[in-house]
Amino acid sequence: MLYTNLKHIESASEHAKIISENENVMVICGRMGPMCIPVYGIAEELEEEYKHVKFCDMEFDNPQSSVIRNLPEVRGFMGIPFTIYYKNGKVVKATSSIQSKAQVTAILDKEFAVTTNA
Amino acid sequence: MNTSNHYDVIVIGAGPAGLTAGIYLSRAKLRTLIVNEGVVGGQLVLTHEIANYPGVESISGYQLANIMKKQAKSFGCDIKANISIIDIALSDDLKKLTLSDGTTYTSRSVILTPGGRSRTLGVSGEDLLKGRGISYCATCDGDFFTDKEIVVVGGGNSALEEAVSLTKYASKVTIVHQFDHFQAFEHAVREAKEHPKISFLMESAITAFNGSEKLESVDIQNLKTGSVENFKTDGTFVFIGYLPNTEFLKGKIEMNQMGEITVKPDMSTNIKGVFAAGDSITKRYRQVTTAVGEGTIAALASADYLHSLTAQN
Ligand SMILES: Cc1cc2nc3c(=O)[nH]c(=O)nc-3n(C[C@H](O)[C@H](O)[C@H](O)COP(=O)(O)OP(=O)(O)OC[C@H]3O[C@@H](n4cnc5c(N)ncnc54)[C@H](O)[C@@H]3O)c2cc1C
Repeated sequence: MLYTNLKHIESASEHAKIISENENVMVICGRMGPMCIPVYGIAEELEEEYKHVKFCDMEFDNPQSSVIRNLPEVRGFMGIPFTIYYKNGKVVKATSSIQSKAQVTAILDKEFAVTTNA
Repeated sequence: MNTSNHYDVIVIGAGPAGLTAGIYLSRAKLRTLIVNEGVVGGQLVLTHEIANYPGVESISGYQLANIMKKQAKSFGCDIKANISIIDIALSDDLKKLTLSDGTTYTSRSVILTPGGRSRTLGVSGEDLLKGRGISYCATCDGDFFTDKEIVVVGGGNSALEEAVSLTKYASKVTIVHQFDHFQAFEHAVREAKEHPKISFLMESAITAFNGSEKLESVDIQNLKTGSVENFKTDGTFVFIGYLPNTEFLKGKIEMNQMGEITVKPDMSTNIKGVFAAGDSITKRYRQVTTAVGEGTIAALASADYLHSLTAQN
């Protein structure tokens, strides 16, 4: 059980629904440990500022998190959390293990840059 | 002066020491701001289970930190998290702090509680391969190394205990340690030495991590002969001790050569109005209970200091 304030993804079908219904999605797949908690904390903190991004988490030990664990982008990853950034349902970036706020915002600003409509 | 940016006390660091200081100060009706670089809770949130905090049989560090945060806020303490300090001026009576968002805060008293962090090796390839074979947490990542051959770096209690716990997964564990003896308890040394899956490379140090997509090998230098060997490995766990988060205070406050802040029994430092508590001070035992105790002392001493200023005026 992940006791964060993020949206929890419980199943593969819910995961599919979320990445298809939201343009920009960040999913942190981890446990309640020292490498994962700081990343959840950063996401919680950024939720307000990055309203155009849907921030979610998923339990690493939930068998259905195979939708993340089996992604080609995470091959070679050997540190949790696996953090996946989806744009229009497609993986645009994936990171392994703990990240700093600066590393996360650099990815968000690059991959999910807001384009102002005229 | 923008009064909303002036506080009675500014606390730097929202781990257990800083949050405790926040609880005591705001409960005493002193206007208090806690500034924290990372996630509120500090190292406490990194702890799976706390079973030695009196009065609470067992709780996750994350939950305990959230209760402390809620308590501090309920008494009116302000907390700014995930923000960094770009300038700090402590020597004058009016202390001044500038944050990365450009805001400036002042106060008459400051409590320093920046805690500490695990030390990294700082050698080539380490940043790149973190999470791709290099880990700092056995309970987090141990199962990725099932039936693999791994290296553990370090010679203290945590290195030896984690090496033994990693044998649950790994087929072979090689401990690399820079000295010819260990700085761990006798029983931890014995358990590691007697373990059939564990072997040792003493007086040796990792000088590079190699691999592109994932860790493939490490360069290990024999510190006696200077020769370097390329050592094939699937994973490396690093447990080489602890560093106080006091780099930003260098030259601004008295510290020992390890970078730990020097304090008197009332947690005062060499600078008037500045106190310190928790893992970042010179001390032997680094625990939540000790951090909380010192946070209390620092808060009460800081309140006394502020009262003495008012009495003078
Ligand atoms: C894996 C692990 C397990 C542990 N298990 C236990 C246990 O079971 N029982 C126990 O009693 N203790 C345990 N400890 C030790 C305990 O967590 C620490 O002793 C305690 O958290 C120290 O509290 P602190 O407030 O001094 O510092 P910290 O908890 O380190 O908090 C310091 C805070 O200050 C912030 N900070 C740092 N630099 C700055 C800056 N320049 N500006 C602003 N903010 C800054 C940090 O981001 C952090 O949030 C464990 C520690 C670890 C790492």
